Amino acid sequence: MLNYLEKHLPKIVLAPTTIVMIVCMYGFIAWTGLLSLTKSRMMPQWEFVGLDQYVRLFANPRWDVAVDNLFIFLILFIIIALVLGLLLAIFLDQKIRVEGAIRTIYLYPMAISFIVTGTAWKWILNPGLGIEKLFRDLGFAGFEFRWLVDSDMAIYTIVIAAVWQSSGFVMALFLAGLRGVDDNLTKAAKIDGASTVRLYWHIILPLMRPVFFSAIVILTHIAIKSFDLVQALTGGGPGYSSDLPANFMYTFSFNRAQIGMGAASAMIMLFGVLAVLIPYLYSELREKK
Amino acid sequence: MADSAVVHSIDGPSGPKPRKTLSRRNIILYGTLFVVAVYYLIPLYVMLVTSVKGMPEIRMGNIFSLPLEITFEPWVKAWSQACTGLNCDGLSRGFWNSVKITVPSVVISIAIASINGYALANWRFKGANLFFTILIFGAFIPYQIMIYPLVILLRDLGLYTKLPGLILIHTIFGMPILTLLFRNYFTTIPEELFKAARVDGAGFWGIYFRVMMPMSLPIFAVAIVLQVTGIWNDFLFGVIYTKPANYPMTVQLNNIVNSVLGVKEYNVNMAATLLTGLVPLAIYFISGKLFVRGIAAGAVKG
Repeated sequence: MLNYLEKHLPKIVLAPTTIVMIVCMYGFIAWTGLLSLTKSRMMPQWEFVGLDQYVRLFANPRWDVAVDNLFIFLILFIIIALVLGLLLAIFLDQKIRVEGAIRTIYLYPMAISFIVTGTAWKWILNPGLGIEKLFRDLGFAGFEFRWLVDSDMAIYTIVIAAVWQSSGFVMALFLAGLRGVDDNLTKAAKIDGASTVRLYWHIILPLMRPVFFSAIVILTHIAIKSFDLVQALTGGGPGYSSDLPANFMYTFSFNRAQIGMGAASAMIMLFGVLAVLIPYLYSELREKK
Repeated sequence: MADSAVVHSIDGPSGPKPRKTLSRRNIILYGTLFVVAVYYLIPLYVMLVTSVKGMPEIRMGNIFSLPLEITFEPWVKAWSQACTGLNCDGLSRGFWNSVKITVPSVVISIAIASINGYALANWRFKGANLFFTILIFGAFIPYQIMIYPLVILLRDLGLYTKLPGLILIHTIFGMPILTLLFRNYFTTIPEELFKAARVDGAGFWGIYFRVMMPMSLPIFAVAIVLQVTGIWNDFLFGVIYTKPANYPMTVQLNNIVNSVLGVKEYNVNMAATLLTGLVPLAIYFISGKLFVRGIAAGAVKG
C-alpha cells in the first residue's frame, strides 16, 4: 500500500490542481457558453433560446461601439508600442552611458496598476486643470485639448495611457533580443560597408521576428483584457463612447442584469483571444519539438 | 554619416579614433532618449507635486508648476480619512485588505505551483503532456469568461464578498502560469542530480525540499515578483468578488477618485494614487532584473 502511494505520488499531488483547473476553467467556460444560449437576466435560468442573445448582442449599438473601440485601440496601441519600444531598444543598444538608469525609468510604469496609470492620466488630460490649462496659461488662449471629454476622441486617451504603461516592456523584450545577436554578424556587415540603417533594416530586424511575434501576442492580450484602465481613465465615457468589450461584459452582467447577453459577449471575447492564440501556441509548440 | 565613419576607421589613419562626445549622432541619440524619459516621468512628477499642494494652489496654478508651499496633509488625509461610500477611514483600510489578500495568495499559490511544476518536470508519468496542455490553455483564457460562474461558486461556498474567497480566486488563477514557470525551470536542472538523490534513497518530498528548492531560489523570487505585483494591482477580481468593507487598495482608490460626493480634492486623490503604486514600485526597485522576467511570465495571463 505504501509502495503504491509512493509510486503514484506525483499523480496524486497533481490531481487536485487538475480537477480544479478542469472545473473552474473548462467547466466554467462551458457554463458561460450554456448561459449565453439562455434567456437569463437577473438570475441564471435554464430556458434555452438558441442564439438569441448573440443576435441581441450584435444588434446592440453599445456592443458595436465597444468592438470598434477595441479595434482602434488594438491597432494603434500595438503599432505605437512596437515602434516606440523597438526604437528605444535600438537607441539603448548603442553603448549608452547611463543605460541602467534610463532602462529603469522606461520600465517602471509596467510595475504599477492600470488603475494608478488611469488616475494619473485622467488628471493630466483633465481639460480644466491639466495640459489644456497649462497651454492657455502660457498664452495660447484658444488652445484646446479635451479628448478626455470628447466622445469621438476618448478612446485615444486610452491609447496614450496604455502606450505609456507598456512600451517600456516592449523595449525590454527587444533589448534582450538585440543583445542576443551575434557580434560577428554586425562586424561583418560593417566591414562590407553597410550603413547603420541598412544593418538594422536588412540584417537585425529580420532576426527579431520571434520577438515581434511574442510582443504582438502579449500586447494583444493586454489590450483585450484592458478593463481596469478604461474604468479608471474614462469610466467608459463620455456616455459609453470609450467602452471596450471587457467593460461591456462587466456592465451588462453586473449592473444591467443581462447575464445572458454578458455571457454571449464573454464568449465572443474568448473566440477573439483563441483566434490570436492558437496560431501562436501552435508555432511555439512546433518549435520546441 | 555612419557610412563615412566606418570607411574612415578602415582606410584612415590607424590608432583609436578621437571620440567626439558632441557628435550629431550622440545629440540625436541622447536627445531622443532624454525626451522619452521625460514622457515616462511626467505622470510621476505631476502626481508628486500635486499631492503636496494645497487645493487653492491647484486651482490657481498649473499641474506642472512646483509647489509654492509643501503640505503633507493630503497624504495624511488619503491614508486615514478619505471616504469610499460610508467608510471614511481612508486608504489604510484598502492597504490592509490588500496585504491580507496578497500575502496568503502568494504563499499558497507558489507552494502548490512549485510542487506541481516539480512533479511535472521530474516525475514522468502517463498523462503529463495532457496535463501540460490543459494548463497552457488555461494560462491564456480571458477571465471574463469565468467571472460569473465563479460568483455562483463562491456564493455556494459562503465566500462571496469575503477575503478568503478572493484569496481562493487568486490562487486558482495563478496556478497555470506559475506551474508553467516552475516546470520550465525545473526541466533545466540536470537530471543526474535528481537520479543521484533517488539512488541515495530520497523520495518525492525529500528531493523537492533538499535538492530542488534550494537550487531554485531565483525562480521563486521571479514567482514572488509576478504574484505580488499581479495580485496587488488586480482590479477586476477585487471589484467583483468583494464588498466595500473588503475592497483591495486598487478598487478603493478608484472609488475615492471617482466619488461624486463632495468637492473633488485632487491633491488627496494624487496622494492616494501614489500610495497605491508604492508597493509594486518598491518591488520593482528591489527586484531589478528579476522584475522583467516576472512581468514577461505574467503578461499573458487572463
